[in-house]
Amino acid sequence: MAKIIVVTSGKGGVGKTTTSAAISTGLALRGHKTAVIDFDIGLRNLDLIMNCERRVVYDFVNVINGEATLKQALIKDKRSENLFILPASQTRDKDALSKEGVEQVLKELADMGFEYIICDSPAGIEHGAFMALYFADEAVVVANPEVSSVRDSDRILGILQSKSRKAELGENVVEHLLITRYDPHRVARGEMLGVADVEEILATKLLGVIPECQSVLKASNQGVPVIHDPESKAGKAYADAVARLLGEQVEHRFLMPEHKSLFQRLFRRSA
Amino acid sequence: MSKPAQRASAVDRPESFQLKGGLFPMTLLELKSTDLGAIQAELTEKVAQSPAFFTQSPIVFGLDQLSDAEQKKLDLATLCDLCRELKLLPTAIRGGTPEQTGASLRLGLAVLPKGRRTAETTAAEPTEAPQPAAPSAASPTRIITTPIRSGQQIYARGGDLIVMAAVSAGAEVLADGNIHVYGALRGRALAGIQGDQNARIFCSSQEAELVAVAGQFMVDEMLRANHWKEAVQIHLVDGKIQISLLPKQN
Repeated sequence: MAKIIVVTSGKGGVGKTTTSAAISTGLALRGHKTAVIDFDIGLRNLDLIMNCERRVVYDFVNVINGEATLKQALIKDKRSENLFILPASQTRDKDALSKEGVEQVLKELADMGFEYIICDSPAGIEHGAFMALYFADEAVVVANPEVSSVRDSDRILGILQSKSRKAELGENVVEHLLITRYDPHRVARGEMLGVADVEEILATKLLGVIPECQSVLKASNQGVPVIHDPESKAGKAYADAVARLLGEQVEHRFLMPEHKSLFQRLFRRSA
Repeated sequence: MSKPAQRASAVDRPESFQLKGGLFPMTLLELKSTDLGAIQAELTEKVAQSPAFFTQSPIVFGLDQLSDAEQKKLDLATLCDLCRELKLLPTAIRGGTPEQTGASLRLGLAVLPKGRRTAETTAAEPTEAPQPAAPSAASPTRIITTPIRSGQQIYARGGDLIVMAAVSAGAEVLADGNIHVYGALRGRALAGIQGDQNARIFCSSQEAELVAVAGQFMVDEMLRANHWKEAVQIHLVDGKIQISLLPKQN
C-alpha cells in the first residue's frame, strides 16, 4: 500500500520543493520505490531542482487529460535507482487538476508498486494546494522560524484536518513539522523563533530542523538535491528527517550555536 | 474601543426583554398506532409508574412512524385531551401531513421539522427510562480535543464549548454559553454570543487577540496588560469585561 505524503506550508519560499526533492531522494536512497509529483502547475520547479527539466516530455496534466500514459510521463531519476518524478505542466494553470484525475494518477502509482508518493504542494490554500493535500495520509508541514510562516502553517494544518479525505472519513492525517532555514545564532540573539516556540505554537511533532546552509542554494542551482551532499549540515539534517519518517529514533542536531574553536577564529580573522 | 461596544449593545439588545436560543429536553411520544383506546390504556399505565417525571412535562407527538392513511384517521384533538387528563402538556407535533400540521396549529401546538434519524430514535424510544435525566436529552456542550487552527471557527450553539488544546492565533471560538480552553488561548473567544451576561471564558494561558462576553469585548493591547500568559477567567462585572486569575491549584 503506497503511502501518500504531502509537503506543504501555506507560505511560499519556505523550502517545500527543496524538501520534496530531498525527502523523496532520501527515501529512494534507503531503497524505497518513490514517486514525487509536482503539483505547482504553471510554476513548475521540481524538475529544475531534480535536474531533469530537459527530459520533460509529458507532464501531470497530460496524464490527467489522458494525452499520455503515466509511464510515458514519469521521469526516472539519474542518481537514484528507485526515484521517479512526475513533473508539472508549465503552460497550464491549477484548475487543470481535478479530484478524480489526481485520484486516478495516485491509484495507478500505487498499482505500479510505489511505496511512497510525495506530493510537492504549491504555496497558498487555493485549488492547487488543496489538490496536493486532499489524498494525503501524512503531511510534512514546512515552516521557517518566523511568525508569518508559522501562522500559515497553522492554517494549512487546520485545512488538513478538516478538508482532506482522511478528515472526511473521520480519520487524522499524520502531521510532521519540518523547520527549515534555522539559524541557531539568530535564535540565540532573539531575532528568530526557537524550535520550542514553533513546536509549541503548532502543537505538532517535530520531524526535523534544517539549518540555514549555503549548500541548499548551491544544490538547487546545480540541480542536485541537497541530501546527496552528505558533508553539508542541511544534507545531514534531511537524512535524519528521512530516517525519522521511516520510524527511526534519531537525535535532533544543529539546534545550538556552534562554538568556534580558537583555530577557526584565527583562520576566519586572517582570511 | 468602548464606543463600538456600546453602539453594538444598544442595537442588539432591547431593554424590556432578551431573546435567546435554548435547547430544552422534551418527551417525544412517537405514535405507532392511531388506536386512541390502546394509547390511553398504555400511557396511563406508563404515567402511573413514574408520575413525578410525567406531571406537567411537555410532550411532542411524533407522527413520523405513521403512514399517511393512519395520520388521516388520527384524532389529534382527542389525543391532546387524553394527554391533559394524565397531566401531560401537549406542546408540538413532529413530522405530520399537511392536514395534521393544520390541525395542530388550530390546537395551539407548534410544528417541528421531521426527525432526521428516525431509525435511531425508534431504537431509543421503547427503552424503559423513567429517569428524568434521560441521556437522550443530548448535552449541548461541545468538546473539541484537537488544536483549533488559524482560520478555523468553532461555534457551540446553545451551550458551552470545551477545547482540550490550544486555540491558535487567527482562530475563533464562539459559544452561547461558557468557553473553556485547556491550553493557550491565542485567537478570539466570544462567550454568551446570544446575550448571556453570565457567560465566562476560562483558559490556561491568556494570549488572546480578542475576548468578548455578551457583546462586550476587549482587544489585544488591553489583554496584554491584563494577566498575559496566565490562567484566567474572563467575565462581566457591571457590564464590563473583567480578567482575573484562576485560583492556584496545588
